[in-house]
Formats: sequence, C-alpha cells, structure tokens
Amino acid sequence: MRAPLSWLREYVDLPAGETGRDVAAKLIDAGLEVETVEQLGTGLKGPLVVGKVLDIEELSGFKKPIRFCLVDVGDANGTGEPQEIVCGATNFRAGDKVVVILPGGVLPGDFRISARKTYGRTSAGMICSARELGMGDDHDGIIVLPPEHEAGSDAIGLLELVDEVLDIAVTPDRGYALSMRGVARETATAYGLPLRDPALLDVPAANALGHPVEVADPAGCDRFTARTVVGLDPDARSPIWLQRRLQKAGMRSISLTVDVTNYVMLELGQPLHAYDRASVGGPIGVRRANPGEKLTTLDGVKHVLDTEDLLITDDSGPIGLAGVMGGASTEIAEPARDPETGEALGTADVVIEAAHFDPVVIARTARRHKLSTEASKRFERGVDPDAASAAAQRTVDLLVLLGGGTAEEGVTEVVAPSARHTISMAADHPDKVAGTEYGRESVVRRLQEVGCDVYGSDELVVTVPSWRPDLTDPNDLAEEVIRLEGYEKLPSTMPKLPAGRGLTEAQRLRRRVGRALAGAGYVETLNYPFIGEAVFDALGLDADDARRDVLRLANPISDEEPALRTTLLPGLLAALRRNDGRGSHDLALFETGLVFRPREGEVTSPPPRLPVDRRPTDDEIAELNEALPDQPVRVAAVLAGAREPSGWWGAGHPATWADAVEAARAVARETGVELTVSRDQHAPWHPGRCAALRAGDRVVGHAGELHPRVIKALHLPERTCAMELDLDALAAAGDGQVTAPHVSTYPVATQDVALVVDAGVPAADVESALRSGAGELLESLRLFDVFTGEQIGEGRKSLAYALRFRAPDRTLTVEEATAARDAAVAAAAERTGAVLRGA
Amino acid sequence: MSAPNKSYDPVEVEALKPEEVARMRDEALAAIAAAADLDALREAKVAHTGDRSPLALANREIGALPPHAKADAGKRVGGARGQVNQALKVRQEELEAERDARVLVEEAVDVTLPYDRRPAGARHPLTTLGERIADVFVAMGYEVAEGPEVEAEWFNFDALNIAPDHPARTMQDTFFVEGPADGVESGIAPRAESGVVLRTHTSPVQIRSLLEREPPLYVICPGRVYRTDELDATHTPVFSQVELLAVDEGLTMADLKGTLDHMVRALFGEGLRTRLRPSYFPFTEPSAEMDMVCFACHGESVGNPDRPCRTCGSEGWIELGGCGMVNPRVLTACGVDPDKYSGFAFGFGIERLLMFRHNIEDMRDMVEGDVRFTLPFGMEI
Repeated sequence: MRAPLSWLREYVDLPAGETGRDVAAKLIDAGLEVETVEQLGTGLKGPLVVGKVLDIEELSGFKKPIRFCLVDVGDANGTGEPQEIVCGATNFRAGDKVVVILPGGVLPGDFRISARKTYGRTSAGMICSARELGMGDDHDGIIVLPPEHEAGSDAIGLLELVDEVLDIAVTPDRGYALSMRGVARETATAYGLPLRDPALLDVPAANALGHPVEVADPAGCDRFTARTVVGLDPDARSPIWLQRRLQKAGMRSISLTVDVTNYVMLELGQPLHAYDRASVGGPIGVRRANPGEKLTTLDGVKHVLDTEDLLITDDSGPIGLAGVMGGASTEIAEPARDPETGEALGTADVVIEAAHFDPVVIARTARRHKLSTEASKRFERGVDPDAASAAAQRTVDLLVLLGGGTAEEGVTEVVAPSARHTISMAADHPDKVAGTEYGRESVVRRLQEVGCDVYGSDELVVTVPSWRPDLTDPNDLAEEVIRLEGYEKLPSTMPKLPAGRGLTEAQRLRRRVGRALAGAGYVETLNYPFIGEAVFDALGLDADDARRDVLRLANPISDEEPALRTTLLPGLLAALRRNDGRGSHDLALFETGLVFRPREGEVTSPPPRLPVDRRPTDDEIAELNEALPDQPVRVAAVLAGAREPSGWWGAGHPATWADAVEAARAVARETGVELTVSRDQHAPWHPGRCAALRAGDRVVGHAGELHPRVIKALHLPERTCAMELDLDALAAAGDGQVTAPHVSTYPVATQDVALVVDAGVPAADVESALRSGAGELLESLRLFDVFTGEQIGEGRKSLAYALRFRAPDRTLTVEEATAARDAAVAAAAERTGAVLRGA
Repeated sequence: MSAPNKSYDPVEVEALKPEEVARMRDEALAAIAAAADLDALREAKVAHTGDRSPLALANREIGALPPHAKADAGKRVGGARGQVNQALKVRQEELEAERDARVLVEEAVDVTLPYDRRPAGARHPLTTLGERIADVFVAMGYEVAEGPEVEAEWFNFDALNIAPDHPARTMQDTFFVEGPADGVESGIAPRAESGVVLRTHTSPVQIRSLLEREPPLYVICPGRVYRTDELDATHTPVFSQVELLAVDEGLTMADLKGTLDHMVRALFGEGLRTRLRPSYFPFTEPSAEMDMVCFACHGESVGNPDRPCRTCGSEGWIELGGCGMVNPRVLTACGVDPDKYSGFAFGFGIERLLMFRHNIEDMRDMVEGDVRFTLPFGMEI
C-alpha cells in the first residue's frame, strides 16, 4: 500500500512539521511495515506555472515537428507579456492550458532551465510533460490541464508535485491497512489524534428500485450493493487531484469511471466494479461456475472456469470473476464524443458493484487463474463488509460530482445476516501475555482505539470492528493492546528452565565426525540435495539399483534436477569438479547430510488431512510419518590430486583408494566401531579398487577409487576417490561404551613374520587368520611391508607383519612368544595358504 | 718403636724436589691450556695425569721417603696433581661447551621453510555457527531437537495454523514432492497433491517436539530448509534456520525479549540488545520482527555520515528474524492445554547471520563449496 502523506493528512490533523519519516517510524512501532518513504518533487524548483497557449507556429525544415508557441503565463514572468517557447510535442492546441517552467527553474535530475537558442528561435522556458516533472512516465506528450486553471498560477501546488509517499508492506492479517482509511486509523491512534473516518457517509436505505441482484451463494457473497449512475458527461475527465493521488498510490489513470472506482478502493479498501449498464442483460447474479463455463476477463485472457469459482453473471452468462476481475463483455468504454459528429459515444450509464466475498473462495480463484489483482489481494486479506454501501455511495457521489451523472434512486442491498464477532477475554490477559502490567483501563482504551466495543469488568466481552476479521482469539486482542502500548516497553526477563541434558549422542557424534574429518584434512561442503537422474547413468548404477528409486519435486528449481538425492556423491563430486575447475587440484571434501529413500512398496494415497482442533492420535501421526521417505544421515568424502604434496621434505603421495578407506575408518572410530573391510564391486567404484565397509555383519558403506568410466563421464580429475557411509547405521552398530583395557607392565616380545600368499588373497584375511591363531597373548599386529617381485614368484606377494606379544601377569619366554607366532602362522597357512617367506 | 731410616737422603729423589714438582705441574698446566680440542685434551690428560705421567711417577716415589719427608712431599705432589686435575676439568668443560656450541650451529636449519605436508581441513561455517548458537541455548538448559527435511504438510503448515488457503501459504514458496498421481496432466493446479513438501522452515520440528514431549519444553531446532528461490547473491533455495520453542506455565513476551537479549550478547558481545516490532506470523500471536543493535557500530553510525557502517547500512539495527508467543491454536493442535501453558518461539536464518557477522557479500560463496572460502573458518566459529 502506497500512502501519500498529503492524502493521509486529510483524515488526521498531523502536526505541521511532521515528515514522512516521522510518520513511518510511528507506524512501524504500531506494526505497519513501512518499507520506504519516497520523496516526490525533490530537486524541483519553480517558477512552474499554468500557461495558456495563445498561438502556435509550426516550424518546418526539421526532422520532427517543432512548434514555436506564444504562451500566456500571467505575471509569472514579471512582464505580463506572452512567453516565447519552442516545443517538440504536438498534443495540444491553441487555447489549451499547459504547465510551463520558466528560466531560473530546475526540473528533477538537476535540469536547469534558461532562455536558449534552439531551432532558430529563442526558447524562454519549457512546456512540461509528466515525465519531466517526475510524475510518472505513462503519458505521451505534454500535460494538457483542464481549462479552469488560471494562467500564471503556481503549478507545483496544483499538481501536488512535492509530497512524501509511505510504501507499506501489509501483512496478511491486516487487510484493512490496504486502504487510506486503515492507514489513517493507525496513524491517528499512534499520534493520539481523532480520525475523520471517510466511511462515515449518509447512505440511503435500500429499496426495490435498484438494479436487480440475485445471490445464489450467500456463503460466497454475504453482501452485494448495486447503485446506478446515468448520463455521465462524455467530456468528463478525472481531475488532476484524483489522477495525482492514483499516480502516487501506484495506479494509472484510465477513465473517470474506472479512476473513481479505484480511488474509492484506495480510500476505503472496498474493491468496486463498474458495469456498462447497456451491456448488462437482466439481473446481476452471483453463483459458482458450471462445469465447462468460460469467461474472457478484462485483460483479454480466456479462462476455463472451475466449479469452485464464484461468478458475477447476467442473462448472457458469466460477466466477471467475483472479487478478482471483471469480464470483457461489460467493460466500461471511455465516454467520448465522435470527433466528426460531436455525438456522445461510450458508456454513459454504469452499475456500481460493492460486494463482500469469502476470502478463501477469492484466494483460491485468484491462485487458480494466476490473477492476483488489487481486488483479490484485498478480499483475500479481509474487506470491511460494513463499508460496502458507503463505498458505493462514495463512488456515486464522485461520479455525480466529477462526471456530471445522475444517481438513480434505486439502491440494491443483498445482505446475508451475520452477527458481529465477540471475544471473551480476562481483563488481565494482555498483562499475562506481555509479562507486564497495563491494567484494565489501558486495555479497554487500547481495544476501543482499535475499534472494538468492550463490556465487562474482570472478564471483558469484546466485539471486534467489522474491518478486523483477523481478530478472533484473546491473543489477537492481547497483541493489539501490547503493540499500541509499544513493544519497546516490554521488560526483559529470563524464564527459569528445568535442567537440560545437553546434546544427544547422535548430535555429539555428528560434531565429532565433522571434527575428525576436518582434522584429517577434509573440507566440509553443504551441497544442494537436488539431482538429475542422468547422474545415475554417469555413476554407472544398474537399472535396478535402489539408489535410482528417487522422490521427485513437483516444482523443482531446474527441470534438469527434479529429484532428491539418494546418495551424497553427486553433490560432492560436483563440488570437487567446481573446485578443480577453479584451480584447486589437491582436494579432500566431505559432507554430512540426509538422503531421501522412498519407502518400500507403492504409496497410493496422500497422507490424511488431520484436524488441528485436537491432538492427532498416535495412529494418525504414524500414518503421516509413513507418507514420508526414509531420511538417513549419510557422511561421504571425495578426494583427488595429492593427499600429501611433494616438497623439500621429499616426495608426497597422491590421494588413493586407501585414503578413502581411511576416511571411513576415521568416521567409524568416532562411533566406536572397528570397520571390517572386504573387496567388493559396487558402482560408482573401480571394480578392483572398491571396499565394502561392514559394521558387524551389516554393510554400512563403500570406499575406494572411482571407476574410470565414471571419472570420464563426470569430468572428474583422474583417480578421484570416494567413500560414503550410513552414519545412522554405523551409530547403531557402535555401543559407544569403551571398556578400559588392562595395561600390562611386563616386557613386550616382538616377532616379525613375512608370509607369502597368492596375489589375490586379501590382506584382511591374512590378518584375521594371524589374529585368531596368535591367541590371547597377541597385543597388536601391524602389516609393515608388502613386497612383490621375482624372489617371491609370479602371482604371489609377501606380507610382512610385526607381532607384539605380552602377558598380563608375567614376562613371556622366547619359547612362549615363538609358539604363539607359530600358531598364528599356522592359522594363516591353513586359511589363506600362506607360506613363511624363506621357509 | 724403631727409629726412622736416617740413612735415606730425600735430596736424592730428584723427582720430588720442589722445583721439579713445580716444573711438572707447570708443564701439565701448559699442555692442558694448549689443548685446542677435546682430543688434544685427552692426550694431555693421559700424558700428565695418566699412570705413566711424571706426576704419577713422582707420587709413587713418596713411599720411599723417610717419614718426616713424606708429608711434605705428599703435600707438594698432591697439591700439584690437584691443580692439574682442576685445570683439566675446567678445560674439559670449556672445550665441551665450545664443541656443543659448534654442533648446535652446524645443526641449525631454516625454520622458515614451509611445511604444508598435511593440508588442513575445515568445517563449514554454517555448521559451526549453527552449533555455536545451539550451544548458547544448551548452556541455558535447552535441548536440540531435529526432524525430517521431507515433511508432511500437516506438520509444516496445518498444525502451525497455516490453513490450506491462508495467504501465508503463498508467502512461502514451497517445494512440493510429487505424489503418485502427479506427473499426469492435472489441469491448472500447479500444486502436487502428495501432501508432502520440503519443509519451508524448521517449525515442524517444534510441532514434533510438542507431540513427543510434555511441557515444560525448551528446545532449539537448527536445520536445513527449502524455498523456491533461485540462487543469487542474496537468495538460495536451500538454507539453514535456527528456531527456538519454549512452552511452560506462565511464559511471557518479556521472557522472549530477555532470551533474545541474552542470545545476542552471547553471540555478539556484551552491551547489545534487541528490538521487537509488531508483525504477523500465523503460528505466533502476538508476533514480532526482531532486530538487534548493530554489533559493529552499536548504532553510532545513525545520522553520522562521517562514520558510515557497512554492516547495518547505517541503520543502527540489524534484522534478525521473526518471533512471538506461540499461537494457542498451535498448542491445541498438539494437545497442549493453552489455558495452562503458554510459549514463545523465534527463528532466523543462519546464512544472513553468517553474512553480516563475517562480511560475506555473496550467498553463493556459502553454497558452492569452494575450499578457499571454507578453509579460513577452521573447526569452530
């Protein structure tokens, strides 16, 4: 809502020096969000006066028509002689009144006016267009004023060029603030000044003489006022003040009738519609659309109507989408005269509609037909139903006054009976909500300022005003009291909380995982969960891979990425590629986040629409939750380039599959789980360099080097590696509770063994065999070398282990340690075919 | 008692003559002083204090002297040996110190050599800022609550007093999950009928908390939320929020104000405070926008063109987010008696907070995962 300060002053006697910013500050405190205060006419300096064009000489020989004019500016030029002005516009005749800026004046944009030679003549001033005066840019040519203004009189005041406009973002609950009446009411309250309510008009009683109206749907339309004005003067134009107010409020001037309906809507908040009476056949009706009905609206768009749409009809069918937009067939034609014959053309008789429609019906129709109009915006947020007849009266008055029309006697009022809403509220409820003491007297006074009728002492019975349909609950009234008393006066206190239990284990785990990976050199990224399914092909997933089963968005940001991720890798790999493209080549990234896995089985119906007037049952909640996908927390990491750079210390090493596995182990360590690694073939990993990661028997993720085809398809750096883990599953596997080991102080006995096995035997198998064979004396075991070569033989490899033995209660003898080692080797030999090297 | 051997003439033992002992001593001291390094000193030590050294040999002669002369000679030789040993010790220490100093010099390295052998990692500042905020409230006794990101409309809207046709539902442009019946041409309605959305705020977590726990309830809900904004310098369709919910007997707007004041002080420094402005949210009533005094200029840039403030645009205040008293309708929908309990709630976006806290000018920096952006933030914020 754009509210010009000059207009606001019509309803509230603000102190003379009060600026737009002052008013804005008060309104902000009262809860109207004033976004900007626009300063109009800054930089404009007169003399800017009304001029009467006395004579026009058309200059020839130029590329465009140029006129040399003699303009009477009264005494404004100090001489009383006509002013000689060159003008490039042609939309005026001798005798017209125009706006003239004289030498010495300045137009907005620091455009200084002086007498100057142009087109062979001296031009002493300029005839102005609306754009040059900063009034808007929707006019062609110069401004032609109505004839009644006197030459030489000041045009800055006449055109109300200097003003301030408050631009207010109106929240959905404050429909009444989409009017000058509503903004003025808040302003008056904020300043403690009386309001001149523009809706307080004498309205004639309804009678049977008006245009017939039949409301078939009183739930959708509980009020319909129709008035008729006839004999509109074809020469009538909107006066300057009206045009200017519309312009300042952000609307275009169209024709007198349309301008007046718009003006009254801005003034009172009541959307109005004017029908060309000659085009309306029979009674005006209000009903829902029939299946298949169509309507072409004023904007020329043809709509196929929904049976929920509320319509205005006549004998011909729909003539308007109620509360949204009128139809083209009954559109007002600008009253005019035929230039040849002087005959009156266009609309001379109009029927005025001031109705009240159900907010939800209008909202749905506006949304359905993508027609957000000034009218629908107001009806959606709530229009004062009691202002309808006043608004109709105001429209009639203005059309009679400005358009030379005659108001017909008939007044149609169709009103569905409704009771004013009342709310019972304890008088100290606002105090309890605010945590301060206002007292009953202040509470009652504030509610009365809002427009409520208040009765009762300890328990108040509050009847809310017709323009505040948003006030339905005691807390709504409490807010009114607290905001008018001032939010800034609220005390600042602290509640007394019960003792908390801190973070949950899952929350602490996620933090630890983040720190562990960051500590290991990984950088966290937070990627969008949107993916395109083409990425699954690039990742080489099988047609029946579960990760292809995605949830899709009905309205994605990009049609390329309509699905939700089922794995973190696409986002992470895209981030890796982006970094690589920007010149960072040694990369290690990680992400922790949700993936979305539709539940098994086809979902056939949407979740139930549960009530909100009671707690849903546990079964109902369960049903809602079943409509949601599984959303496990995953952690994933990707790396490429050098894991450790080369430098003056020697050679570094590239990021490898082993780093990816180690990243997974680092995560698992935080859960207290020792991952079991085994060889696997799983897209998108390299079939020979992919590890399945198990917690107990359950596969919780994979790690390794990516498949070369995937690397090529996704344009990734060579040898890019990755790991992904289901953190929820991992956390479930770890009991988190560490049992303290017994620390033996007896000496350690170290034994090294080198075992030769087939190249295809996993080291993990050899290790687990050694461990089981070594028995309880084994304290630790470490693979310290892997060797292949001629001495070992083709297709064989040598694994060298350091075994450390220790007993809890004695110093081991060499024989004991050797026996344990031999047992370990024997187990490895039996399970993996290992042979002691050199044996 | 036998008489001493008077036939023995001490003068005959040349080596024990005072001048001879003095000469041997001086020779030893000179050799020690002349020893240029520890090897030379070792040689000097062997030569002058070893078993075959002149003083050692002289010492052996003492036993042959008559008793009256023994003491004298013993004193003389012992004194000389003592002096030599002392000199040796001193010289030994000197030379060792010299050697140590030399070795340390030789072992010196260029400690300015860079050692970026183990590249650093970092956590995302949105993560760590979210944790930081949560910690402020955990310290007060709040607990962190979480919920799903793909959420049922009932949790995201209905239970929060956002009725199906409420204009507020168009305020937030929602991602709808495609339902089983979607994808078929369904006329003009663009909305999916799945009843499932990407949550537009973390408020559904409040609803879940209210359903799962009995008041008193004090929870903080950080999380990712989604709205259909295109990514640009100031918008992102995926962003992070922190919301707080307190439901207890007798909670007031003053408690909300106090909690907000405490939060901005904990996060931005002492002396700061918040301001509430009336606003509208369906799930709170009364509702307010909350601002904080600019932590950078403390409001001193207002009307002071010489000291403009980039952080608050010289407004003096920074918009934080929305808040209010929990709408009793929300409590009712969750089975909490609004006559007995009241509550307050607030929420704000972490991205915006991060942007003005760390002078980040472009939202995309937080989204794109460029390591150069994230690395400086390290582990904590």
